[in-house]
Amino acid sequence: MISFQVNSKPVTFDGDNDTPLLWVLRDHLKLTGSKFGCGIGQCGACTVHVDGRARRSCITPTASIEGKSITTIEGLAPAPGALHPVQMAWLEIDVPQCGYCQAGQIMAAADFLAKHPRPTDADIDSNITNICRCGTYVRIRSAIHRAAELAAAEE
Amino acid sequence: MSMAVNKATMNRQGTPLTRRLFLVSGSGIAGGFVLGWPAVGLADSATADASKSERKIGFFIQIEPDGSVIIGSNQPEIGQGVRTALPMLIAEELDVDWASVSVRQMPLGIIKTADGFAWKYGGQGVGGSTGLTENWDFMREVGATARQQLMRAAAARLDVPLSSCRTRPGYVVCDSPAAEIPYSELVADAARLDLPDESPPLKDMQQYRIVGKRQKTVDTIDIITGKTRYGIDTQEADMRYAVVARSPYLNGRVRSFDDSDARKVDGVLDVFNLDGPEPGEPYLILASGVAVVATSTWAALKGRKALQIEWDAGPNATDSSDKFWQQNQEMLKSTGQVVVDDGQFDEAMSAADKVIKRHYRVPFVSHSPLEPQNCYAHVQAGQCHIIVPTQMPSGASRAAAAVTGLPRENIQVDMTRVGGGFGRRLTNDYVAEAAMISRKTGWPIKLQWTREDDVKNDFYRPAGLHELGAGLDGKGDVVAWTQRLASASKYYRRPDMPDEKLWEAELYSDDFPRGFIDNFRLEYFHNTIGLPRGSWRAPAHTANAFVVQSFLDEIAHETGQDPLELRINMLGEEREMDYSNHGGPTFNPGRLVRLIRFVAKRINYEQQRPRGRGVGLATHFTFGGYTAHAMEVSVSPQGQLTIERIVAAIDCGFAVHPQAVEAQLQGGTIDGLSTALGLEITVKDGQVQQSNFHDYPLMRIATVPSLFEAHILPYDNTPTGVGEIGLPSAAPALTNAIFAATGIRIRSLPIRDQLQKAMAS
Repeated sequence: MISFQVNSKPVTFDGDNDTPLLWVLRDHLKLTGSKFGCGIGQCGACTVHVDGRARRSCITPTASIEGKSITTIEGLAPAPGALHPVQMAWLEIDVPQCGYCQAGQIMAAADFLAKHPRPTDADIDSNITNICRCGTYVRIRSAIHRAAELAAAEE
Repeated sequence: MSMAVNKATMNRQGTPLTRRLFLVSGSGIAGGFVLGWPAVGLADSATADASKSERKIGFFIQIEPDGSVIIGSNQPEIGQGVRTALPMLIAEELDVDWASVSVRQMPLGIIKTADGFAWKYGGQGVGGSTGLTENWDFMREVGATARQQLMRAAAARLDVPLSSCRTRPGYVVCDSPAAEIPYSELVADAARLDLPDESPPLKDMQQYRIVGKRQKTVDTIDIITGKTRYGIDTQEADMRYAVVARSPYLNGRVRSFDDSDARKVDGVLDVFNLDGPEPGEPYLILASGVAVVATSTWAALKGRKALQIEWDAGPNATDSSDKFWQQNQEMLKSTGQVVVDDGQFDEAMSAADKVIKRHYRVPFVSHSPLEPQNCYAHVQAGQCHIIVPTQMPSGASRAAAAVTGLPRENIQVDMTRVGGGFGRRLTNDYVAEAAMISRKTGWPIKLQWTREDDVKNDFYRPAGLHELGAGLDGKGDVVAWTQRLASASKYYRRPDMPDEKLWEAELYSDDFPRGFIDNFRLEYFHNTIGLPRGSWRAPAHTANAFVVQSFLDEIAHETGQDPLELRINMLGEEREMDYSNHGGPTFNPGRLVRLIRFVAKRINYEQQRPRGRGVGLATHFTFGGYTAHAMEVSVSPQGQLTIERIVAAIDCGFAVHPQAVEAQLQGGTIDGLSTALGLEITVKDGQVQQSNFHDYPLMRIATVPSLFEAHILPYDNTPTGVGEIGLPSAAPALTNAIFAATGIRIRSLPIRDQLQKAMAS
């Protein structure tokens, strides 16, 4: 039995300990916002926050998250009905096409901006590695810069 | 994604008039039943209770008491934007505020008729960049007809002639007596009125308030908060999870398997054989394999890993890419099937002052939509329910019917938002697999593919070796042109397709420069390999734009001409030329000239650049739409390539949903570059060698320049599709830029480390 928090709620999982966190979230907790894209940590569609840091949940063994706090796309916003600055920027720039990778992109960008509050394009290039098959990268880049402005304005 | 696909598999039926009546009235001319309207619910018949049905006008429009409007979207949304663009057309003609609109996905609307099937929501399926063009008149008529019915209801209530009524967003307005009645108070009356015979006139496009303006994608808020449901997110009562271990050998089969360890895995419920098609025969599913059904995705995957399977490697066990390319080379040494032969080609080549010949190699590539294939299926006695991310819901219905033997009208097909299509989801092999597994077990199951399953089991873009040849006169003008292609055709396992027609999927007979050069020959050599092939975004345009636009550049440099001027001179003035391939009936080369001049100017094409830096151009006509690309690159002395700047321009006639047009141009460009830079599927010992994104490396953000312009150049009032148009000219613009920077000509894709190697030597 593993105990941890998901989006500030305590949860337990008593299944197979080597189940990757992604499948616990999706199949057991029915939180399907985090997506399965590759299963080997390449694409980042499954990105969640573990104790505030972006992690690729498809290669995160559930056994490793005992006692930790997980945030998924469903819990990123500060309050129901509100949006995180990254989500606000994504909405304003209208980033998604098919949208499948975007939860992971947003979770990756939120952690990235926490570490790089005023990022350069070079910072983005060397830190954002999530794949978007539709090629929304032009708008992702704009939205990351916009989110940085929105976050700065909030403070 | 080509004409052949449209004709063969899309469920397009009836004239615009009959479709309009189907959709707006619910009455079927073709079917001759369900007279009067509304007939059934907007998105799902289960919600069609009396109180709600009074608020519906036909199948597409529901108006709530608070004035909000729900519009049905009949087409699959794969990221191309139809779920926003088509409802925009209805809302425009209906005359409502766009902010009051929400959109609901409609299921496949199949109705049995005396002589086959009819489609109550119109033809449903997206491929060939036709999602918008096929519905442009239809959706506007739906909106305009509903608006007229609301006005008729108001006129009757006020006892005034219809001509006294007009609308403002959400209201019918009458001047004498002065009245404003909200649509929500009229919808029940409007729904009871019979339809007039005549379709009301459509709005003057100059009056548009919604269409042609930048609107946000309707689903963005749900996507960014994790609420949107894709196929993979399907959760139904009592649902089990299934995966399949498919033959790693092309056309291989299961000789035997031992499932004793697999069955010991906690959660594994059942393991059984899935028989694939005989080699060469028509297919429902791609590969033979062993299915594992479990209580969770992970348990199913773990069970699959524990299987011991002995494979019969089958008839393609010695297939390899090396062999395939050698065969292509050998073929080009002989004479192939001459499929187009204009003028006096041989004489013109013999008489030419100069002859240039070049070979170009275009590899197999995978679609790799980011949402791996999946499908929910529940087969029960007499009925079947499918929930699926697909581009072709009628194909899903056909696949499920073939597996279950059920009548198609007993198969309910619900469509989810689709995590990428690119042509892969024109084929519903994964629907057939899911239906087989549910049928065998009796359980509702969700079939899940992994990325490895997807990379190894695709209908790949055909690979080919192209020989381009040109005869030039003393002035450097092209007087003869040939393209000789050895490839494995996209037409895969089609028993009714004679070999002599296989070329039609690979060489588009009316593409530039046919009709521009008097002596013109296309020659095709049909090669074979066990690798399945299919439609990959803009199918053969990706290969043909690359080879033609590269070869033009080579001719220009060989003859001391400017590559831009050469293209402009060859394409010539604005004129409508006959174009019989998909995207016709005409092609106007002047529209390409306008675009390539535009992008050249934006990128300062004339400016001298230092060695190691260069600009390349390309332009192409695809499926009725026009694009041009200008790219600026730098290449370090070590061969490190940097794309410094991209200017892309599209002429899609009239941009209905400009946000999506721009997105498709950006995304198509990136798809073209991603593929050209690093992607190839290869075969060795009858097996696909790539498996996931580590060895099939899709482009990431770091490769995309910050300087990226995507321009929409309006032309007229006729929209073309946009989903595939932006891709073909991207790769040749890049390789032409590389040549301008380095003098190195890339003739073999993908580019990978060719520059590093060339710079080192």
